[in-house]
Amino acid sequence: MSMTGVVAPDGLVAAAAERVAPSGRVRGMGVFLVLLAFVAVLGFVSSVSSRAHATFLLSAPPAVGVSPLTMSVRWTAGALAVLCAALGVLLVLRREQRGAYLIFGVGFATFLWAFLVWAARGAQLNFVQMLVTTLISTTPLVFGSLSGVMCERSGVINIAIEGQFLAGAFLGAMVGSVTGDLWLGMLAGAVAGGLFGWLLAFLALRYAVDQIIVGVVIVAFCTGLTNFLTEQVLTPDQTTLNSPQTFAPIAIPLLDKIPILGPVLFDENVFVYLAAILLVVVNFGLFRTRWGLRVRAVGEHPRAAETVGIHVLSVRYRNVVLGGVIAGIGGASFTIGSVGEFSSEMTAGLGYVALAAMIFGRWKPFGALGASLLFGFSVSLQSFLAVLNVGIPSPFLAMAPYVITIAVVSGLVGRVRPPAADGAPYSRE
Amino acid sequence: MSGPGSPRRQPRPWTVPFRRLAQANVAVVTGLSVVSALVLGAVLIVVTTPSVLHALGRIGTHPGRALGLTGASVGDAYLAMFSGAIVSPSALGHVLSSGHGWVTLFTPLSETLVAATPLVLAGLGVAIGFSTGVFNIGAQGQLIAGALAALYVGFEVKLPIGIHVPLVLLAGAAGGAAAGFVPGILKARTGAHEVITTIMFNYVMLNLLDYLLSVSPFQQPGQSNAISRTMPATARLPHLFGSGLRVNAGLLVALAFVAGATWFTRRSTLGFSFRVIGLNPNAGKTAGIDARRVTVLVLMLSGALAGLAGTASLAGTDFFLSSGYGGNIGFDAITVALLGRNRPVGVLFAGLLFAALDVGGRNMQAVTGIPLDLASVIQALIVMFVATPVLVREIFRLRGSAAASLQLSTGGWGG
Repeated sequence: MSMTGVVAPDGLVAAAAERVAPSGRVRGMGVFLVLLAFVAVLGFVSSVSSRAHATFLLSAPPAVGVSPLTMSVRWTAGALAVLCAALGVLLVLRREQRGAYLIFGVGFATFLWAFLVWAARGAQLNFVQMLVTTLISTTPLVFGSLSGVMCERSGVINIAIEGQFLAGAFLGAMVGSVTGDLWLGMLAGAVAGGLFGWLLAFLALRYAVDQIIVGVVIVAFCTGLTNFLTEQVLTPDQTTLNSPQTFAPIAIPLLDKIPILGPVLFDENVFVYLAAILLVVVNFGLFRTRWGLRVRAVGEHPRAAETVGIHVLSVRYRNVVLGGVIAGIGGASFTIGSVGEFSSEMTAGLGYVALAAMIFGRWKPFGALGASLLFGFSVSLQSFLAVLNVGIPSPFLAMAPYVITIAVVSGLVGRVRPPAADGAPYSRE
Repeated sequence: MSGPGSPRRQPRPWTVPFRRLAQANVAVVTGLSVVSALVLGAVLIVVTTPSVLHALGRIGTHPGRALGLTGASVGDAYLAMFSGAIVSPSALGHVLSSGHGWVTLFTPLSETLVAATPLVLAGLGVAIGFSTGVFNIGAQGQLIAGALAALYVGFEVKLPIGIHVPLVLLAGAAGGAAAGFVPGILKARTGAHEVITTIMFNYVMLNLLDYLLSVSPFQQPGQSNAISRTMPATARLPHLFGSGLRVNAGLLVALAFVAGATWFTRRSTLGFSFRVIGLNPNAGKTAGIDARRVTVLVLMLSGALAGLAGTASLAGTDFFLSSGYGGNIGFDAITVALLGRNRPVGVLFAGLLFAALDVGGRNMQAVTGIPLDLASVIQALIVMFVATPVLVREIFRLRGSAAASLQLSTGGWGG
């Protein structure tokens, strides 16, 4: 039951649906914003005493100090609620898709801000630290979703990101620990990820095995193997085999002195910078170079690509292995980028979240970045709210990132269109 | 093979079974896949056991010792696995010599059947999704939802056992179906991809479980830990072979659903429309099948089976819920469905095999100290080989060209 004949028409239908702007969805987003504004008024304005204040700390060394921002909860949340409602009304009246997502994003941000002001009432919230946490939680997702983009743009589904994460995290920690050289650790992580990328390509391209099946099996295999090796090999000799250093943050001179943004963006470890560079390189490569055009051609219509002389299978092989390498580096960031040791199943399903981010970002690097940032921010939000003790049970805070992803995927994104030949095996005859 | 009218010499009759065996059919490919996976598992044991590696390093001077140690370490591990999952030779010897110890003899088999029950049920659910082109990764969350609903009906309703147990099962199925309904309706209404939503719902349900375990009415009164109240005796699935063996009526439920699923996919109208949508959504739409409705129904049915899986282990052996309930069953269900080629009877056998490896793995860890995770490595390798029949054919030089047609398929991202 090959999908060769099935995906393309479906994809076309979806593409057509995408062009006909769903004005209903825009209106729905507007109404949603107005509702949020009501929630803000009821929850964050009328329930608080007029004397309550919230303080956001906005400075962290080495940046130029910014004095803390103290706000009256009532007035700030009230003003933000009005702004949110106004943006909602604007969306309802506009009914045009262009710029609608931006307006919605700004409106949602005002609601979040109002919520934060309310949550931090009578307390201090380190806003800069919150952004730093966001960035740290986002980084592995960027690697993971870029890996997905690399594979799927060439027409191969990579559901194995979670497995490549684990392999990269494990080998990165072990090699980094044994050699004492973190760069070797990162290289080992890349090799481990690339190896499982190669396995995916080998089984999916040479033997035309269903790509989702290979992916699921690779995840199961990597999970089992790293669990087994952790118990059997690492645990007996933890100090030699599983105690790597971690990459220290590198401050970029001058830029790190920028208020607020400096410590967030320009005082991070090498993984964060690498993710940023890869993001730009992959995006430029895919959409601005000959290589990218070929990759996309192979992903959309392999037969047409073949007739103009592109070797479909080698393009796919190369991309899937490269995708694995990227995911493997992302995996290494879990161990030698932050925690400093490997523990069983430490990636905790984030490989799947990265996959979701890629789909949610419509198979585009910067779209995936947006989705990853949203998820990273909700992770950060959750950990800070837990500290602020806002009276929401911690399991509900912990599920927030996932609920937000579901809401966004179904409310804002809707039907997405994968590359037309994604997942379809290819043979020349 | 040569047909009746072919001029080639007919094979001698007695060789026919062997020739058939050498061809690539499902049973042979699966069997050889298991063998290959076990061999690779053995390699893994050898290269991670320092004493064996050390002996192998001096194979030139002491070949006997090296080979002996290698054989012993692998042999001990697999023997422990076998005796933990099927039958222990020592227990068999004891029964044969004394006539007592039947319970001990059958305990491994009973444990394997107990472990297989939820795997088969959840695996059936995933398989029904696969064959309809719906990729349900949410069995874990649906299992939790089912178990929660079953537990609630278990401790909240007072009924005699004959009515209570079926009601608990029904509640479990309904809970799972409700958890499957949400991604289903989201996909049908908004097009949100079920791979994303079902994965995310797993985490939502895990956290919801954590919350419910810490509040009334689910939390065990007087407990500060996250432990649920226990299933009352009237809501527990009865044991099948006396109280000494844990195998219970949950197994019968699983078997009934294997039979039911076979009937459903082959004979029922709804099952037929599921299959059509799975094989070719456009043809289905042209034939007037409402693909959206099918999506919702499939996810509900799939969720209901996962919910029953959770209920079967809750009401059969565990009797209370704790954080992370169900463990890997939800994800193993995916590999079980793949190994079973999405066919109900295949899922049954795949579930039994996976359960035997899991249960045997526990015994292996207890006896030899080799981590039970070896079992999951072997499971993944089995599915990898089964999914690549052509590779198996090449390795073992099987005849016949049937291998390619044994290829498994899910159907990609679809639309």
